Amino acid sequence: DASLAEANSFSPSMPTSPSSLINQYKFEDEPELRDLFITVDDPESHITAIETFITYRVVTKTSRSEFDSSEYEVRRRYQDFLWLKSKLEEAHPTLIVPPLPEKFIMKGMVERFNDEFIETRRKALHKFLNRIADHPTLTFNEDFKIFLTAQAWELSSHKKQGPGLLSRMGQTVRAVASSVRGGVKNRPEMFSEMNDYMETFSQKINVLDKIAHRIYKEEREYFNEMKEYGPIHTLWSASEEDIADSLKGVASCIDKCCKATEKRMAGLSENLLPIIHEYVLYSEILMGVLKRRDLIQGELDSKVDALASKRAEKDAITEEIGKLEDKVECANNALKADWERWKQNMQHDMRSAFTNVAENNLHYYEE
Amino acid sequence: MEDCLSKKIEITVSEAEKRTGRNAVNMQETYTAYLIETRAVESQNEGQCSPVDSLWRRYSEFELLRNYLLVTFPHIVVPPLPEKRADFVWHKLSADNMDPDFVERRRIGLENFLLRVASHPVLCQDNIFYSFLTQEGGWKEMVNETGFQLKADSRLKALNATFRVKNPDKRFTELKHYSDELQSVISHLLRVRARVADRLYGVYKVHGNYGRVFSEWSAIEKEMGDGLQSAGHHMDVYAASIDDILEEEEHYADQLKEYLFYAEALRAVCRKHELMQYDLEMAAQDLTSKKQQCEELATGTVRTFSLKGMTSKLFGQETPEQREAKIKVLEEQIQEGEEQLKSKNLEGRDFVKSAWADIERFKEQKNHDLKEALISYAVMQISMCKKGIQVWTNAKECFSKM
Repeated sequence: DASLAEANSFSPSMPTSPSSLINQYKFEDEPELRDLFITVDDPESHITAIETFITYRVVTKTSRSEFDSSEYEVRRRYQDFLWLKSKLEEAHPTLIVPPLPEKFIMKGMVERFNDEFIETRRKALHKFLNRIADHPTLTFNEDFKIFLTAQAWELSSHKKQGPGLLSRMGQTVRAVASSVRGGVKNRPEMFSEMNDYMETFSQKINVLDKIAHRIYKEEREYFNEMKEYGPIHTLWSASEEDIADSLKGVASCIDKCCKATEKRMAGLSENLLPIIHEYVLYSEILMGVLKRRDLIQGELDSKVDALASKRAEKDAITEEIGKLEDKVECANNALKADWERWKQNMQHDMRSAFTNVAENNLHYYEE
Repeated sequence: MEDCLSKKIEITVSEAEKRTGRNAVNMQETYTAYLIETRAVESQNEGQCSPVDSLWRRYSEFELLRNYLLVTFPHIVVPPLPEKRADFVWHKLSADNMDPDFVERRRIGLENFLLRVASHPVLCQDNIFYSFLTQEGGWKEMVNETGFQLKADSRLKALNATFRVKNPDKRFTELKHYSDELQSVISHLLRVRARVADRLYGVYKVHGNYGRVFSEWSAIEKEMGDGLQSAGHHMDVYAASIDDILEEEEHYADQLKEYLFYAEALRAVCRKHELMQYDLEMAAQDLTSKKQQCEELATGTVRTFSLKGMTSKLFGQETPEQREAKIKVLEEQIQEGEEQLKSKNLEGRDFVKSAWADIERFKEQKNHDLKEALISYAVMQISMCKKGIQVWTNAKECFSKM
């Protein structure tokens, strides 16, 4: 039973024991213990008769024994990443799989393949793979390994093997149906708390996203006005004698301020904005994870109800129930542990992102 | 150098008050009155508490005073009044004349005007100015009795009229050019500064939104809560700090505005010179043509075409008596004309001399004042940055505790 096996490989990292907590920390804080290094770079455009698309180079370096070689270089396109993500979600419905950058950006992008867009996406894809690599369970996923190592034709043939589109659609339909039914009768308190937390968090992070973008926009407008401000002083100095030097001095200071503002804006767009955006996506993912957990629990609950009503097929149902109970417990534990991990990460990321903003502002004012 | 009035008495415009009254067409109106207080300086030095004289004046009376000074002292660069209506406004500032911030800044501007006049070696000695400061009732009538409005040359009021002057003093032409440049560059600067202020305001205020979100977010976090909450507080402080910063900058803007208006005063002196020069040249031209006429009549030769000449040719010559009479008239006119020309020349030279002296004085004042204004602007910016450093250092600390 796949899910049980997963749970067993998982139990050492349950947060209940202090040593496991330390193990979790070690994963992130000491990169020397990492044995899997991934980079995503070198976007290249491919033009065929039917479509145009971009591939990215994915380079993997590893010392793990289950990999045949220690270095791999493959080319992947966005679709491949989508495939990987859905496989991971399928295999681990209650683990928190990191977000992918969105398919399209709604506002303002005229060309899908403009340089800024490609670069932002590349960075997000790089982060995506590294987050998976850092995850104690996901990192050992078979599909993940294939994604990193297989040649293009190998990958496409492997993709065709898995449960088809139909079964995935079936899952989705059931999920929607059960959420309509509102299968949250026996939800343990912990998960209700998580749900409440996620609702508020999701709200707040979205507001933060708007604020951060607004600040960027205002800074940009400020920068635009400042660009005009300095040269006026230089122009003025041309008509003056005595105060010409003072005016030129002011002009050059204003220009320096301009440059400092540019740096500040760059800091925002490189650091804070992508991180907040990632967590906006994360909040959606987490809501999905919680729903899936509820779904699994719902299955259990419905079987229990069935047992209550259909005394005859007791044994069969009881066995099913047994399995489902295990499933639910695994799902719950998986989520619990991953949740803690996610929160640690979030805290860490937010802390460093905002500290970075503070530092940038300090540099700005110091200059 | 005689003692300026400013050394003898202390002048302040200390208060502003809203009043209602009836205007010239007997309609109700609201206006602001300003309290002018004067106190003798000498008795202060001796440790005595000297009495304060005070009276109320409104903006239109200041305008009347200035117009009087402009006409009476055309060779002086007369200090400008603060603006009549709020200009170069950015979004938070109101364009309303009754707005308390505007009134306050105008009060300071009016005080500055009086101090400038009082410290001017020539202007401070004027009686009308002194009465403006000390005599509440009947001052308007006094000013009008001087008849200065009659002296005012309406031609100067036409802003864009140009006089075809052949030999202007080059220094004045250059000066007029300079005053045009100064006017254009300062108004451009003020416009951009207002836009920059607007944007800066936006940047700071949006950070205030962080404060609220952080506070709400901290409610659901356990370990991050405290750090978030206190960081939010610092964001609020940051957002609020911009109000004071920009208020101070308004004073800098006002200092620049004063020189924007001074440029106009400079221009007025240049145009007065132009006008005088024009009149002079016209008078000289007139004299020359009369002399020519006289010569023609005396010698009987017609060198230039004239309608009279033609008609007399056509309709017969005039009698010698008529000619004699004409020559006599012309000779009188020529003599008058020569005297007038002499005095105009003298006037012109005096004007140039005294105007140029005041212009030199003005140049020094301008360089000194603008340098100081630029320095104070730089100091303001430094202080703004220091505040920013403080806030973000605190915020950084809070963030690192998250």
